[in-house]
Amino acid sequence: MSAEAMTLFSPELAARFDALVERYPVRRSALIPMLLYAQDEVGYLSDAVIDEVARRIGITPLDVRNVATYYSMLRFVPAGRYNIQVCTNISCMLRGGYRIFEQFQERLGIGHKGVTADGVFSLEEVECIGACCWAPAIQVNYDFHDELTEEQVDAILDEYRSRSQKAGSR
Amino acid sequence: MADVTFTVDGKKLTAPAGTLLIEACRKAGIEIPAFCYYPGLSLQAACRMCVVRQEKVPKLQTACTTPVAEGQVFITDSPEIAQARKATLQLLLGNHPLDCPVCDAGGECELQDMTFKYGAGESLYAEAKQHREEQQWSPVVYFDRPRCILCYRCVRMCGEGMDVWALGIQNRGVSAVIAPNGGDHLDCEQCGMCIDVCPVGALTSGTYRYKSRPWEMNHVSTVCTHCGDGCKVTLGVRRADDGMEIVRADNRDKSGINGDFLCAKGRFGFDFVHAKDRLTRPLVRNAAGVLEPTTWEKAIRLVAQKFGEAVQAGDGQIGVIGSPRITNEENYLLQKFARTVLRTQHIDHERTADYPTFSRMLAGAEDRAASHREIAAAPAILVLGGNPTEEHPLLAWSLRTNFRLNHARLYLANTQSIRLERQARQALRIPDYDALVRFLAGEDAAMAHVAGAAEFREALLAEESLVVVAGAEYRGASLAALMRWGLCRTGVKFALLSDFANARGAADMGIYPDLLPGYLPLTGDQPLHGEYAGMPASSGLDMTAMVEAATTGVLKALYVVGSDPVSALGVAEGALRRSFVVVEDCFLTATAAQADVVLPAASLYEKTGTVTSCYGDIQMVRKAADVAGVKPDFEIVVRLAGAMGVDVRKLVPFGQSTGVRADMGQSRGAQAGEADRHAVWLTANGLEPRLSPFDPLATLDEVERLVPSYRLDRLNLFAGNETASAPGAGFVPLDSLLGRKDGVVATHPGLFRSGELGRQTETLQKLQAYQEGFHSAAAAD
Repeated sequence: MSAEAMTLFSPELAARFDALVERYPVRRSALIPMLLYAQDEVGYLSDAVIDEVARRIGITPLDVRNVATYYSMLRFVPAGRYNIQVCTNISCMLRGGYRIFEQFQERLGIGHKGVTADGVFSLEEVECIGACCWAPAIQVNYDFHDELTEEQVDAILDEYRSRSQKAGSR
Repeated sequence: MADVTFTVDGKKLTAPAGTLLIEACRKAGIEIPAFCYYPGLSLQAACRMCVVRQEKVPKLQTACTTPVAEGQVFITDSPEIAQARKATLQLLLGNHPLDCPVCDAGGECELQDMTFKYGAGESLYAEAKQHREEQQWSPVVYFDRPRCILCYRCVRMCGEGMDVWALGIQNRGVSAVIAPNGGDHLDCEQCGMCIDVCPVGALTSGTYRYKSRPWEMNHVSTVCTHCGDGCKVTLGVRRADDGMEIVRADNRDKSGINGDFLCAKGRFGFDFVHAKDRLTRPLVRNAAGVLEPTTWEKAIRLVAQKFGEAVQAGDGQIGVIGSPRITNEENYLLQKFARTVLRTQHIDHERTADYPTFSRMLAGAEDRAASHREIAAAPAILVLGGNPTEEHPLLAWSLRTNFRLNHARLYLANTQSIRLERQARQALRIPDYDALVRFLAGEDAAMAHVAGAAEFREALLAEESLVVVAGAEYRGASLAALMRWGLCRTGVKFALLSDFANARGAADMGIYPDLLPGYLPLTGDQPLHGEYAGMPASSGLDMTAMVEAATTGVLKALYVVGSDPVSALGVAEGALRRSFVVVEDCFLTATAAQADVVLPAASLYEKTGTVTSCYGDIQMVRKAADVAGVKPDFEIVVRLAGAMGVDVRKLVPFGQSTGVRADMGQSRGAQAGEADRHAVWLTANGLEPRLSPFDPLATLDEVERLVPSYRLDRLNLFAGNETASAPGAGFVPLDSLLGRKDGVVATHPGLFRSGELGRQTETLQKLQAYQEGFHSAAAAD
């Protein structure tokens, strides 16, 4: 079996990677986008993901780890299906970011970097997510929820929980 | 590049444009401190210690990344700069434990020195230090994380210098940490270069840690005893119960052809000196047939008596086997002893390269042999055969460095894939080595099916100068053909690789049954022939034939020095019963186990003399360790000769001559009134005679007098540098080598393998097993 055939990734992502490594003057320039896409599909950067990305670029797994460990949005352990990132930088902090964060902690029963037992949610306190004008803001996977009040927290959780149930029953 | 003039601290300095300020200052004697800057490696500018003030530039600049230009003005020493450096030190010490009293680097730590200089003795940081437990990454590499100051030297050395890339840096900011490629262990060449370049005690050596303090040791600069590359090594020695023990090896003075480089064998492979199985007393086989310890006097007397009896029986009764591991002087003396005292032509050694052919081809060709420095600086190098990364680590290092820093063009032709291909302009996979030579010489059909062969030849022929480094695959006719091709072209130089520390020297010193020192034939009218008057003039037996003759009893005695023919040739146990076998070695080898007398010999780290690297670089070895009970082979041979009643002066030219100092032409006849040629030569060269018969340098004088390729640049040699031999200087009649059997058996040493010496070196055994563990695990997957 060829190396390509043994991929961990979906055929679409594998094809995307094949194109990506050829796009830059040096192959390793594709490393960070590849890690992000791989994390989106697999959920986290497992050892197998790191090995395959290294193989596709032609660098060592150590090289991949050197880069990956630098970035806080890349993770090496699975997150929940919905990763809730609560900003507590200055604008959000002034407009109640910490209260929002505490409320999520209470509702979910987990702390920073925690994952709920059912694997649906994970929670993170993060640095600025670029939504200062609409503080306080959170990001759930790639979706923003801004100008939050404490009342909205439950509604947001309920919405994602029902989405999760739908996706789970499918 | 053109020189530019700039001002540093009010002094006008001149340097080529583009020189880094830190280098220009160091050359001018202005010290700029730096942790991350390391000559030859890429720039990091991480440590901020080298900051200087540049006129008209608002912020302090890092001297390690500032190329000098015309008219610049710098200040490297001012209260402002001292304050900046002190602040940097305070930051570094924020997490650095002050465990200097128990740290290996204490006393030779750059951070300690800088703290001392800039006085950052007090810290304003109240934060708790982050402590982490020490980690063992391999049998020889330990990592103490809190001591690390994140200079990245080890990461760059491992990647750029060694091309291994086993170290990386993970996380960021205050939690950044050096990480090995195996997660919690290292899978690499175990060269220890990371330990060597570490400015602090974060990386420590498994063989040295917690053994000694730097100031407790004496440091002896000598030559590594393992492969044929001839690396200088500085041995740290300390007084022990039974002499001097070696506690560490490095090349801290960066002298010699290897600069700061040492491989695992050079850096960690010295514990054989104090191995448990080391022979320290002479052994003699007693009536019961068991080897029994005895005194040196009794053993020498017995050997002398037996050798004397054999000599009485006529010429050619004794076989002598020399060694590619002992010094030039010892090999020279051994063959002189064999030819003039033991009166035998049966002398040989374990041959790992065909130097007779190499030398014959170079005879008369001036400046065609490449020294190691020439290879390291050559613009184009062709490496044929071999695997330098494993078998010649220094050569591989020099080629990589030459490629990295000088963009050298490296051409490889090999039957297998080797690591150096990553640095090669073109690597050609060839079916066989003879075909390549025919192809280079213009026979297109020889490599018709090899992809890229035509471009390879074209590129080679376009090179104005080229160094050809041939592995042991080239020997006899194929080596001659290769060199004939190169000698027809201008600017082509040659080197021939061999396996042991003094394989080249043993060959140069004539440890051959058919060749005298300097590859002279046994008969002729060279000065040497006159000196060895009356020696047996017919070719003797080679090593294989000698051992065979010893098993059948044709040879009355076999004298084996630093060699193990029984293992090499697979001789059966007890087969040598019929002849009197004397073995001189450090260990009870398979040959020694069959011997009648075993004499414990000093290793290369316990004696003085010279060795010749496989590139023909002659270097001094100096006595570093001392093991009670052993003697250098030189002394043993001299004592044997003495016990046999021979005039030792004829063997080793020591002391003031009692003979005629000069022949003024009044004498007649072959030897009548013959002047003492050695004394005449010494006087002519302004040298004093040596005082001791046990001084190997007396024999070195004789070697220089009689072997034309050993014209020694004594100033360099005795200063600890290498001096190149000139194989082209000798006169070697062409016909003396035609149709000669080369008898080369390459041993292919590995990164941790080095023959019997390697087997007796515990650290190398450990490393071999450790690295093999990975490879067998990988194979099982």
